[in-house]
Amino acid sequence: MVDDMHSEITLFVNGKTTSLEVDNRRTLLDAVREDLGYTGPKKGCDHGQCGACTVMLNGRRIVSCLTLAVAAQDAEIVTIEGIAEGDALAPLQEAFVRLDSYQCGFCTPGQICSALAMLSEHAEGWPSAVTADVSPDAPTPELDAAEVRERLSGNLCRCGAYPSIVRATLEMAARKGISS
Amino acid sequence: MKEFAYRRATDVDEALRLAAAGGDTRFLGGGTNLVDLMKNGVEAPERLIDVRFLPLGGISETSGGGMLLGATTTNSDIAAHPDIRRRYPALSQAILAGASGQLRNMATAAGNLLQRTRCGYFADPSEPCNRRAPGSGCGALAGEHHNHAILDWSPSCVATHPSDMAVALAAFDAHVRYQTMEGAGALPLSRFYLPVGDSPHEETALPGHALITGIALPSVTPTLRSRYRKVRERASYAFATVSVAAALEVLEGRILDVRIALGGVASQPWRARVAEDMVRDAAADAELFRAAADAELSAARPLRDNAYKVTLARNLITTVLTELAASERL
Ligand SMILES: Cc1cc2nc3c(=O)[nH]c(=O)nc-3n(C[C@H](O)[C@H](O)[C@H](O)COP(=O)(O)OP(=O)(O)OC[C@H]3O[C@@H](n4cnc5c(N)ncnc54)[C@H](O)[C@@H]3O)c2cc1C
Ligand code: SF4
Ligand code: FES
Ligand code: FES
Repeated sequence: MVDDMHSEITLFVNGKTTSLEVDNRRTLLDAVREDLGYTGPKKGCDHGQCGACTVMLNGRRIVSCLTLAVAAQDAEIVTIEGIAEGDALAPLQEAFVRLDSYQCGFCTPGQICSALAMLSEHAEGWPSAVTADVSPDAPTPELDAAEVRERLSGNLCRCGAYPSIVRATLEMAARKGISS
Repeated sequence: MKEFAYRRATDVDEALRLAAAGGDTRFLGGGTNLVDLMKNGVEAPERLIDVRFLPLGGISETSGGGMLLGATTTNSDIAAHPDIRRRYPALSQAILAGASGQLRNMATAAGNLLQRTRCGYFADPSEPCNRRAPGSGCGALAGEHHNHAILDWSPSCVATHPSDMAVALAAFDAHVRYQTMEGAGALPLSRFYLPVGDSPHEETALPGHALITGIALPSVTPTLRSRYRKVRERASYAFATVSVAAALEVLEGRILDVRIALGGVASQPWRARVAEDMVRDAAADAELFRAAADAELSAARPLRDNAYKVTLARNLITTVLTELAASERL
């Protein structure tokens, strides 16, 4: 029997459905890591400040440490474990490896989830804080280093791998034909 | 974190009934502020009512030619909306200047307005703070306050309101629409936040258990230009030290309409009415803009460590008005 402080929920993570009982206080981050065993999303700050816990919820990047598991039920969640197809790395993962876009790797799952979702946001025409003219009649700015840095500023890297994170992301953008 | 019950409301009446049912109940939007504060023990509600599944999302045209932002619309969706970008660019820019891509995808319009101050003493229950624990004192007044208020503070509290979005909404004379069991109401943004006074814990003029349903933006003339500029301690992903949302309408060098709102300087978005009055109907001119900014800031009472904000605010107002006036001539 669940009392008021607990809930029976269903989480859809990386294409799999799991029913579980959670304490309402459980964050989505703790639920995917500890209940479902997806340890890709990392707990850096646990306060929405570092981006290490970034996952996608219904196609959009969010921080899972400030999302309650009970509030994320019925949504479609993708963690870094859901990015690759089987054992083959996704192209952005491959670029991160080849271009040395990490040192310790702690921030990397969040960086990659964030960057992939960011590319979709850009493809939808979303402006950013460094976009000179936000008018919808102006062309969507090409992704250059300044745009990428701004759009990924919610993901901190204490090893300072930023230059190669930007490089890998720009390479990915170029493949999609959206960078300068 | 204290244990709490969770309910998901699917219609407004149900949400209002649940909120009024007793106990310390809070609405849950994106959770980016509430959940954070619950982790710190600053907030400890007994029950959360998730409002994100209410039919209060989306952005629509109002009958008066303005726009209505549904309470649960995400910050990202507002900033990316073509009509907001075309008609209220300062609002889009203000939102984009705040938080991160992830947080903006979670944060709701209503939650953004009701986010609490980022004063470090407020966030730490072991410190004195009148806003969090009435009567316990203000740690910041004699303590760490380099990013606190310069205008309209009281000895009870010197904190600033952290929202960027609210600063742009103040410049556009937005109204906050809400509903209670008794019916619907609306508050102009200028009366939405309460002056800080002796009771900083009373933050808004919303009646008890009110559910914010939307934010209404009045229509603007197509020739009104607007812009948001934010100064912060990092290039990105930091709260404002000072920000300005300004709008200007100039015809043949003459200023027909002007709105100036400041962020990071007071307990609520600061509408710079003194400066506006000096500039309205005058000829657009950088010297005048500087004089108007000085006149506005003559009311400033900086604290021991934040007098730099007076200079910053003056320069920001002058620069942004000058830029807007120049863009008119193009
Ligand atoms: C690391 C970090 C950096 C940030 N940087 C910035 C920044 O630079 N600029 C900026 O402006 N903001 C910034 N923010 C704050 C962010 O914008 C707010 O946390 C967010 O807008 C709050 O929205 P929410 O929907 O998540 O609110 P919630 O956390 O869900 O709720 C906040 C409050 O609103 C109430 N509420 C929610 N919906 C309703 C409703 N419909 N009716 C009545 N009450 C309601 C809740 O009960 C709660 O009291 C930052 C936050 C973090 C964590
Ligand atoms: S400035 Fe306000 S919020 Fe900060 S410690 Fe003082 S009373 Fe609390
Ligand atoms: S762990 Fe979630 S943002 Fe840092
Ligand atoms: S690689 Fe170590 S934190 Fe980014």
